[in-house]
Amino acid sequence: MNEAVDPDFALDDRGERPVLSVTGDWVVATLATIDQRLRDLKLAQNGVILDVSGLGRVDTAGAFVLDRTLRQASDAGLSVVQGEHDIARSLIEQIGAVSDPCDDARRPGHSAIDLLERLGKGTIGAANELIATLSFLGQTVLTMLRLLFVQPAKMRWTSIVAVMEEAGLDAIPIVAFLTFFVGMVVAFIGATTLQAFDLEIYTVELIGYSMLREFGVILTGIVLAGRTNSSFTAQIGTMKMRQELDAMKTLGLSPMEVLVVPRVLAMLLMTPMLAFAATLAGMAGGMMVGWLTLDISPAMFLDRIRNAVPMDQFWIGMSKAPVFGFVLALIGCRQGLLVGGSVQSLGSRTTSSVVQAIFAVIVIDALFAIFYMELGI
Amino acid sequence: MTGEPIIRVRNLKTAYGTHVVHEQLDLDVRRGEILGIIGPSGCGKSVLLRAITGLKELSAGSVEVFGEELDRLDPEERRELERRWGVMFQDGALFSNLTVRENVMVPMKEHTDIGPQLARELADMKIRLSRLEGLAAAKYPSDLSGGMRKRAALARALALDPELLFLDEPTAGLDPITAAAFDELVKDLQRALGLTVFLVTHDVDTLHAICDRIAVLGDKKVLAVGTIDELRTLDDPWVQEYFGGPRGRAAASGY
Repeated sequence: MNEAVDPDFALDDRGERPVLSVTGDWVVATLATIDQRLRDLKLAQNGVILDVSGLGRVDTAGAFVLDRTLRQASDAGLSVVQGEHDIARSLIEQIGAVSDPCDDARRPGHSAIDLLERLGKGTIGAANELIATLSFLGQTVLTMLRLLFVQPAKMRWTSIVAVMEEAGLDAIPIVAFLTFFVGMVVAFIGATTLQAFDLEIYTVELIGYSMLREFGVILTGIVLAGRTNSSFTAQIGTMKMRQELDAMKTLGLSPMEVLVVPRVLAMLLMTPMLAFAATLAGMAGGMMVGWLTLDISPAMFLDRIRNAVPMDQFWIGMSKAPVFGFVLALIGCRQGLLVGGSVQSLGSRTTSSVVQAIFAVIVIDALFAIFYMELGI
Repeated sequence: MTGEPIIRVRNLKTAYGTHVVHEQLDLDVRRGEILGIIGPSGCGKSVLLRAITGLKELSAGSVEVFGEELDRLDPEERRELERRWGVMFQDGALFSNLTVRENVMVPMKEHTDIGPQLARELADMKIRLSRLEGLAAAKYPSDLSGGMRKRAALARALALDPELLFLDEPTAGLDPITAAAFDELVKDLQRALGLTVFLVTHDVDTLHAICDRIAVLGDKKVLAVGTIDELRTLDDPWVQEYFGGPRGRAAASGY
């Protein structure tokens, strides 16, 4: 392609009507230099004669700018095009026919009233979200109970097992690894603090209580919130975007039965196992630190755990695991079902799925802590 | 100007793993023509489009567009070249987080230095040029019907006034009236802007209505290139079936 010649124009207003002669190439690549100058042109409202005889190449963008200038000079169509050019005249005419600006969307305002409006909408939205979540919970529980006890033949056992593997078994390495290190860190902190009082043997109790009761299960919950919730939301959300959910409904399949219940059940079963693995790994981490730095042999460590840490602590920890699993799966599936048509909504739903899940894990854990404290365990 | 090839494909071979899609494929697209690409489903029409536009790596052979071989260009020259073509994908491939207007403005922002005000005005003009209503400009692609999405995709493909337009099944999934209007739109634009159009289609009506020449793909290569009348006389069972079948005859009788 030949190098484009920069467009230029000259206005000659000696005659009855001003004559605008244009030269150079009026194409989209070169227009930037001239657009503002043309806008600033002061033209009387009695039309202008556009001389295109010196015009080089022109495309629709150039034609648009020329047409806009003609209209700038006269709304009544007094402007005319003159001069020889093979396509300019017809192109300007054609583009002139489609040059009306398109409609605007209402932009969000920033005034105090808009702020109040947004606040109100947000509050109502949050209340509705709560109700919708609860109704989703009820719906899920009902469908699950019906499938379990009334129509067990309709239960999707294959997909339950698949989810158990994907979201449960495959998560064991990361969960175990993470709690192993946290166990080590807790042991180090305990050892350095308790050493000052010559009580480093109590590190064993520290590890036992914290891992069994809290860390094992809460770390599992947080890892699952990041790992499993995002994948549930993305899977179901993508299916929603590609209309697969609509297809299911028309085939008489309920997304609740096919997608939600298997995931919820699988998580319900797998989270306690993951939490169990996490607890073991955490205690192993603590045991290693005790062995290497405090000369507490593994045999002594295990013996002390058995005698000094009551079994209740283990059951308290494990009792939270199925609740976490259930709530996480519920949040993940619900956010997935809420995905709309755009990629952006998939992204924002996945984010809110993970954020809500982590939030839920910590809040539920706190509620459990209060509950057990009141029970005096 | 007509006659000079704007796309020259020689000895093209493309493959996915061990599955060979094209082998020894030659094709010329002349400047200013509308070339229709037809062929049975799965014969690699869209893959050919992807190979020409550089989205699919070639296993062998060469593709020249505007006389330049794509593989040999440095990124800057490549960008310069990409400015000169527009591609409309099968299902539109509009950016779903942008409104239609913003979609059309993307190539302008990326490839030119025109200001936001002019870019916006030009985008509105392209949207109207593609015969979309003004209301659609501020909407997101997910709020549009299939036909409107195709128009919006065309508007984006036309954003930089390309010399060469690639259309991948532009009328698939449209009702006959909308499809006919779309054909007419492409023909009009081609006439007004002197476009060269590379059109992948299944639509016999489209072929009759707007294509100057038609290339038939099959057996991993181009079986024949010619006008509809030339192809009708071709001794190939698929081509005979294609134009002689009930749909082909119905389309022919309308012209």
